[in-house]
Amino acid sequence: MQNVSKPSSPVRGSLLTDPQARSWLFQIVAVIAVVAFGWFLFTNTQANLANRGITSGFGFLNNTAGFGIPQHLIPYSEGDTYGRVFLVGLLNTLLVSVIGIFLATIIGFTVGVARLSNNWLLRKVATVYIETFRNIPPLLLIFFFYFAVLAPLPGPRQSLSLGEAFFVNNRGLYMPAPIADAGFLPGLIALLIAIVASVVVVRWARKRRHATGQRFPVLWTVLALLIGIPLLAALVFGRPLHWEVPELQGFNLRGGWVIIPELVSLALALSVYTAAFIGETVRGGIQAVSHGQTEAASSLGLRPGLTLRLVIIPQALRVIIPPLTNQYLNLMKNSSLGAAVGYPEMVALFAGTVLNQTGQAIETMAITMSVYLAISISISILMNWYNKRIALIER
Amino acid sequence: MSNQTHTFKPDLPPPPSSVGVLAWIRGNLFSSIGNTLLTLFGLYLVWLIVPPVVNWAFINATWSGSTRADCVPGGACWVFIKERFGQFMYGFYPGDQRWRVDLTVVIAVIGAIPLFLDSFKHKARYGLALLVIYPLVAFWLLYGGLGLRVVPSSEWGGLMLTVVIAAVGIVGALPLGILLALGRRSKLPAIKVICVTMIEFWRGIPLITVLFLSSVMLPLFLPDGMNLDKLLRAIVMVIIFEAAYIAEVVRGGMQAIPKGQYEAAAAMGLGYWRTTGLVILPQALKLVIPGIVNTFIALFKDSSLVVIIGLFDLLNSIKRATSDPAWPGLSTEGYVFAALVFWIFCFAMSSYSARLERKLNTGHKR
Repeated sequence: MQNVSKPSSPVRGSLLTDPQARSWLFQIVAVIAVVAFGWFLFTNTQANLANRGITSGFGFLNNTAGFGIPQHLIPYSEGDTYGRVFLVGLLNTLLVSVIGIFLATIIGFTVGVARLSNNWLLRKVATVYIETFRNIPPLLLIFFFYFAVLAPLPGPRQSLSLGEAFFVNNRGLYMPAPIADAGFLPGLIALLIAIVASVVVVRWARKRRHATGQRFPVLWTVLALLIGIPLLAALVFGRPLHWEVPELQGFNLRGGWVIIPELVSLALALSVYTAAFIGETVRGGIQAVSHGQTEAASSLGLRPGLTLRLVIIPQALRVIIPPLTNQYLNLMKNSSLGAAVGYPEMVALFAGTVLNQTGQAIETMAITMSVYLAISISISILMNWYNKRIALIER
Repeated sequence: MSNQTHTFKPDLPPPPSSVGVLAWIRGNLFSSIGNTLLTLFGLYLVWLIVPPVVNWAFINATWSGSTRADCVPGGACWVFIKERFGQFMYGFYPGDQRWRVDLTVVIAVIGAIPLFLDSFKHKARYGLALLVIYPLVAFWLLYGGLGLRVVPSSEWGGLMLTVVIAAVGIVGALPLGILLALGRRSKLPAIKVICVTMIEFWRGIPLITVLFLSSVMLPLFLPDGMNLDKLLRAIVMVIIFEAAYIAEVVRGGMQAIPKGQYEAAAAMGLGYWRTTGLVILPQALKLVIPGIVNTFIALFKDSSLVVIIGLFDLLNSIKRATSDPAWPGLSTEGYVFAALVFWIFCFAMSSYSARLERKLNTGHKR
């Protein structure tokens, strides 16, 4: 009984049935297959490129583009390079993604909370919203807003206006633009100082509350700081900015900011579509907090508002945030649908126009795809980090 | 003490009724001031949206006629949809051959009936056989050959093309997706790395760039002289793209299988492939059917992106028809019709998948 030997590894007849050897074999075969497939594609591509007389390389990025772009956030003219076109496209993609995410979050949270309301009517309205827009392709929504809503609008002379400051017509949405005045820089500095001061106050108040249990009127102090300091700066140095309101001159509206109809329809469609999914995510997250938590909070004497703020929302957010980020990523990827209505974003500009002009299919596609990949991967790394940080620490 | 008479106190008023229509309205719509305000807001929203839509779509709409001139302004012109219905459903599929498309659909519906019957015993085997045989039959009917006139894919279009892309995409992506999922859970590092890279790469880029790839890069990748048809190229890329999503769905199902199942299989002396094929996958695939249906819904909606590479699916057919000079100014009708078709399909499928999910959930709750 004493000499219980360790189980020796089973004796195998041949190398083929040995698990160790077999795992190596499988892996080597897989790697060889992948490399061979890659080589097959590579040689074909080389041959095809040689046949068509296309030289590969990224040198074309320095060539002159020679076409105009209807919307650019950085200065751009037809004489600029393809490299600059890439930047313009990237910024336009980011712009529509940020606008879409902002609107979708607001609509989505509203709809999600409305679906859980005690009010029967509101609940039904929210359900109808979600079930309608979840089941329609986003591209269809973009087309609908672009061709059926914005295109039939009247021309600039009969623009629909809101308070004589915002105008909508078939050329886009016109809104007042802030123009910097003499007091702009001091105003900006004052705002920065106010923000820093608020952060300091919030931290100090939290530390004091943890140490002594005394509450400090943080909200009012911060509001006073944020409004007071810039106001003081404006009184001393003059007003920081004024609004330039668009005006009808000749056949068009002049001045102010113009949002092209492509951007309006794309941002609207993406936010309406994604909001339906965000609504479901929010509802699921709130429902995932067990009812016992609410009961425990009220037995501790917390009022409903505080229960929501201190007990329900922190726990619901833990469930909501991962799928919410997924929705944001989807929205970012769906912004490439703008290509279908000619919004000048990454895919339309770079994989579309630049590719057609230069014929550098591989380079342009590689650049376009790596932009999306880079954004997706960095967000998922961020997500994993965040998930680890907020994950329940169990005993 | 003795001559004191006992008098009843007056009855309290009855509690407000808690049953009946009035009570329901009070409880659900007007229980507090805030709730009343919300109800009024909701009513305002409904009033803002419903009457104009009903007026436009039904009351003022034109249903009969055959030209644009028959339509009265102020309402929807459904004549347009009626006149172009064939094109929206079949694209440019030759008129005298359209029965083939109808037959394909009828066979699919009849073939699928046993899968929904609870009394049918051999569902798994039958479903698998259907998955293998039906695509061949459908291809023969739609494309032709063997006695049928050949209809090249450039003449396919409309809803039929949408369904073809989505269905072939998902069915083709299933085996590849299962392999990728197995690879991702494999203990062999090289295989795991290859599969993870594949999955994350395709999931990280938008479908639209994948379709661009199919139209500009695939011809470069293939040997000279090998020309694939536009639809086939798109479908190949859609299959590879969807496989990554299916792989993640299947992996989710495999993770839900308790470890005891693997250990039991090992104790029975089963090797990797038999453990996977006989024990893990049958259980995992059953769990992920709702997930696969949801992936299918997403693909069904996304198949509308083939507009970008110039294929005429339902959405693109409608887009083209709305720019017809004989039918000006009817984009709203066209897109509302498209939305309705997509909505009916997607809503039916998502209700089915939600029901399935509830049904499947019961057995696994402890």
